[in-house]
Amino acid sequence: MKLKTVILAGTALAFAGSSALATDLTLVSWGGAYQASQKAAYADPYTADNPDITVIWDESSAEAVAKLRAMNEAGNITWDLVDVVASDAIRLCDEGLALEIDPDTDLAAAPDGTPASEDFGDLLVSECFIPQIVYSTTFGYRSDVADWGGKEPDDICDVFDLEAFPGKRSLEKRPINNMEWALLCDGVAKEEVYDVLETEEGQDRAFAKLDTIKDNVVWWSAGAETPQLLADSEVVIGSTYNGRLFALIEEQKQPVKMLWDAQVFDLDGWIIPAGLPEDRLAEVKKFVKYATDTQRLADQAKYISYGPARKSSAPLVGKHASLGIDMAPHMPTDPENAKNTFLYNYEWWADYRDDIDAKFQAWLAQ
Amino acid sequence: MSALPPYASPLQRTWYYSFRIICGLIFFFLIFPILVILPLSFNAQDFFTFTKEMLALDPAGYSFKHYQDFFTNPDWQQALTNSVMIAPVATVLATSFGTLAAIGLSQSHVPYKPAIMAVLISPMIVPLIISAAGMYFFYSRIGLQGTYWGVVLAHAALGTPFVIITVTATLVGFDRSLVRAAANLGANPVTTFFKVQMPLIVPGVVSGALFAFITSFDEVVVVLFLGSAGQKTLPWQMFTGLREQISPTILAVASLMVAISICLLTVLELLRRRSERLRGLSPG
Amino acid sequence: MSDTTQDGQLLTTADGKPLKASLAKALRREKLRALMLIAPLLIFVLITFVAPIADMLFRSVENGIVADTLPKTVVALEAWDSTSGEAPDETVFAALYEDMVIAVDEKTHTRLGSRLNYEESGISSLFRKTGRRIKRMDEAGPFKEQFLDADKDWGTVETWQVLKRYSPRITSGYFLNSFDAQLTADGVEMKPEDERIYMFLFGRTLFLSIVITISCLLLGYPIAFLLAALPLRTSNLLMILVLLPFWTSLLVRTSAWKVLLQQQGVINDFLVWTGLISEAGRLVMINNQTGTIIAMTHILLPFMILPLYSVMKTISPTYVRAAKSLGANDWISFWRVYFPQSVPGIGAGAVLVFILSIGYYITPELVGGTSGIFISNRIAYHISSSLNWGLAAALGTLLLVAVMVLFVVYDKIVGIDNVKLG
Repeated sequence: MKLKTVILAGTALAFAGSSALATDLTLVSWGGAYQASQKAAYADPYTADNPDITVIWDESSAEAVAKLRAMNEAGNITWDLVDVVASDAIRLCDEGLALEIDPDTDLAAAPDGTPASEDFGDLLVSECFIPQIVYSTTFGYRSDVADWGGKEPDDICDVFDLEAFPGKRSLEKRPINNMEWALLCDGVAKEEVYDVLETEEGQDRAFAKLDTIKDNVVWWSAGAETPQLLADSEVVIGSTYNGRLFALIEEQKQPVKMLWDAQVFDLDGWIIPAGLPEDRLAEVKKFVKYATDTQRLADQAKYISYGPARKSSAPLVGKHASLGIDMAPHMPTDPENAKNTFLYNYEWWADYRDDIDAKFQAWLAQ
Repeated sequence: MSALPPYASPLQRTWYYSFRIICGLIFFFLIFPILVILPLSFNAQDFFTFTKEMLALDPAGYSFKHYQDFFTNPDWQQALTNSVMIAPVATVLATSFGTLAAIGLSQSHVPYKPAIMAVLISPMIVPLIISAAGMYFFYSRIGLQGTYWGVVLAHAALGTPFVIITVTATLVGFDRSLVRAAANLGANPVTTFFKVQMPLIVPGVVSGALFAFITSFDEVVVVLFLGSAGQKTLPWQMFTGLREQISPTILAVASLMVAISICLLTVLELLRRRSERLRGLSPG
Repeated sequence: MSDTTQDGQLLTTADGKPLKASLAKALRREKLRALMLIAPLLIFVLITFVAPIADMLFRSVENGIVADTLPKTVVALEAWDSTSGEAPDETVFAALYEDMVIAVDEKTHTRLGSRLNYEESGISSLFRKTGRRIKRMDEAGPFKEQFLDADKDWGTVETWQVLKRYSPRITSGYFLNSFDAQLTADGVEMKPEDERIYMFLFGRTLFLSIVITISCLLLGYPIAFLLAALPLRTSNLLMILVLLPFWTSLLVRTSAWKVLLQQQGVINDFLVWTGLISEAGRLVMINNQTGTIIAMTHILLPFMILPLYSVMKTISPTYVRAAKSLGANDWISFWRVYFPQSVPGIGAGAVLVFILSIGYYITPELVGGTSGIFISNRIAYHISSSLNWGLAAALGTLLLVAVMVLFVVYDKIVGIDNVKLG
């Protein structure tokens, strides 16, 4: 008798679960402060206007390509909108896993009537990509390290200088950016980095440079790790996305400072998975149009220090929502911060990613 | 070993006490990591270590804020809901299939028994990462990847070996002449099952169900690959929490889960005693 | 047993049927009933668990992608002599053009490129570049020239050799990769030194599992010994200290070790406070092998203690007493009399811990850094990051074979029927 009740209750719960999914909008993002800014700037106002829609967040952007491929194979797409970096968007578009969009019909025009394709301009790096922000991968360091004798790093190569700046570093567990920084600090000119990296000797050279600090590196795979490691003093200097460091410095008031030298610009935005049924696609497109209009993109900058991808949003960027400080000086694109930037070559990495990744992982394991 | 005889030599005496100290240290190693998170979960600061106030037993050093966060944060609440929705259904599936099979396996003539046993026990033996990989590929092909039922079925499969083992164990001491006696007295097989066999194997079924429940409730590898946002369970949330933002809320969750383990352990212990008493294996 | 009586008459049951037939029928019915009871679970496990594993085994050799994406090219290539030292002629390129037009339209050419890139680096970019050019090519041909114009790699023999070598639907490529080898024009060869990783990782997985098993044995033996020797009431009480960790969530215990082992964690704080180490000399115990070994020893220790205890409980104290009364000292009586009787427990516990540890994923992932990770972490990486599912399946298959061999050993020592829980 009891067993029967349990079964009934279980089945009831299960059905409650599956029927709830019908009006859900599943957004895939990165978690942490970034996802929170998206929630505050787009999702919350949108659900306030459309109470029948529930937004479910899935923090799977790091595995987005793999999971989309699995869903595609099964012919069962459970995601509605996926936040990915530009290089993943290019890959997904190449493989036919993302939907191609027409910026001028699918995205809202600027308030002055400028069509979206012009407003986003060069940032539309793929037919499937809907840019949201310009961010940069850069370093943060603790400003209270006793061993440094009052010195503070101001050059990218200080990351590789264990004598002047001893302590643990955190770097991303992938070759992209790390290889370029290593070569820059091994004396390669900025314009020649990718030419050098294309050769076997160039790759060995980058690994040799990384070898000098390998024993002192903690490798991260999620953007929230470096801020946590810095806050806990587990590392003294580490790379991550600039917005994460902003949250750590300005919101959590940790003794951490930014090292903007040789920051690497990158883009982040939405893709719509290919193969959504018509009714869901219509819902998603409605949300995308809303979430990427000029005002919404400018609003996001109130919560996190990433530059809006629309030209028309830039003048609307104001003060931080709760801290009340001006956001402009914290943007990676601010002239003071962008004195020395490094351009990330999508095309090159799309071609060499598999190859160098294999070597990098082998190097890491040894 | 149990007691030191009065004629023990000094060497024996030293060994006796040092052995106990060594054992004490090993017990400490076993239990300390679990106990240490309990006080830390009441930390008033967002740190993972004891603050000065905590060590001075100053009430200001302690707070319920991490528990409060757990009960108000929608992410954690959603994860809790998902766990509660997945684990019981997986348990029911595993327990009902598993109990039937265990009764079948305990019959005196089962063809291909070793082969069948090997297949049924395999979900417990195969490393989780391999199960997860296989299920990920296969469930992707048949459209179950990222669905509620995909996770439930996978968890049920992982839980069945425990049910089989515990139920079989209670059936080992089962006196088959009782079934024959019941049949002799005119009971049909169904009545015999419910009136004679069932009461005796209930402790085995319940502890098997507990194992199946905890297997699903604690499982993270398979759900990490098979699940999508809609199936984010408590262990999954803890895993991302540990890898990304190490918030002390995890310690509050961990403490609550330790409490759950203690409850389960108590139930199991009571069941074991009852089962032994029923079968007359122990004096009580 | 004979089925006839002494005088040659057939034994029958009350209703006159031959006893043999009747018994056989009853036995058949009993067998059928047993199978009927087992069937639901057996079918359930076969579908939800065994089929996925079989699918994984299949994926480790499956290679339909080349023949599916470039069907005409594969056929045309059959006529090409790969040892000729020259790239194929115009007919093959014409077939390639036809295939590529369709592939680009369906966007499958980049997938094929990534697949072949596992075998020969650079092919991924070759397919991407060509894909971008294909629409601008002249449909009338000549195609060889246009392809060479798009990328000169189409003119090299190696590209075509790879394409031909991997055109069959079944490949050993992923398994060779798992052994750090590759199929080249001259047969199987080891990969260059700086790309070898899997044998090293398998080796490390074995090494760490052995270390973990030994530390579990060293810590578990005294505890099991004590528990078996104490009176039941006391040992039941102490048993809780073993069972509580056993029942506590794996993630809870891993979080606990993260809290304890961090550089700013509880243990380091304590050591600094006692003055044993200086503030600058905080120990690095996490994100390396030490972290993995400590945390996994703790997690797997109950799996060593429980089987040891169940064996030791059956060792009668009279043997040790007899040895002592015959003049053996404590050590001799333990080593020569007690210990040999506990060996089955050691075998059972050690194999169990070893099986569990070589397949571990979560704990190494969280506390292992880069030097404390196992082959499982690499499998997970290939599933979710690099997307090389064939290689993930091949590595998984190898790990599975290792576990199966160990399991047979375990079955020989303990027997699956005798597995006990709690």
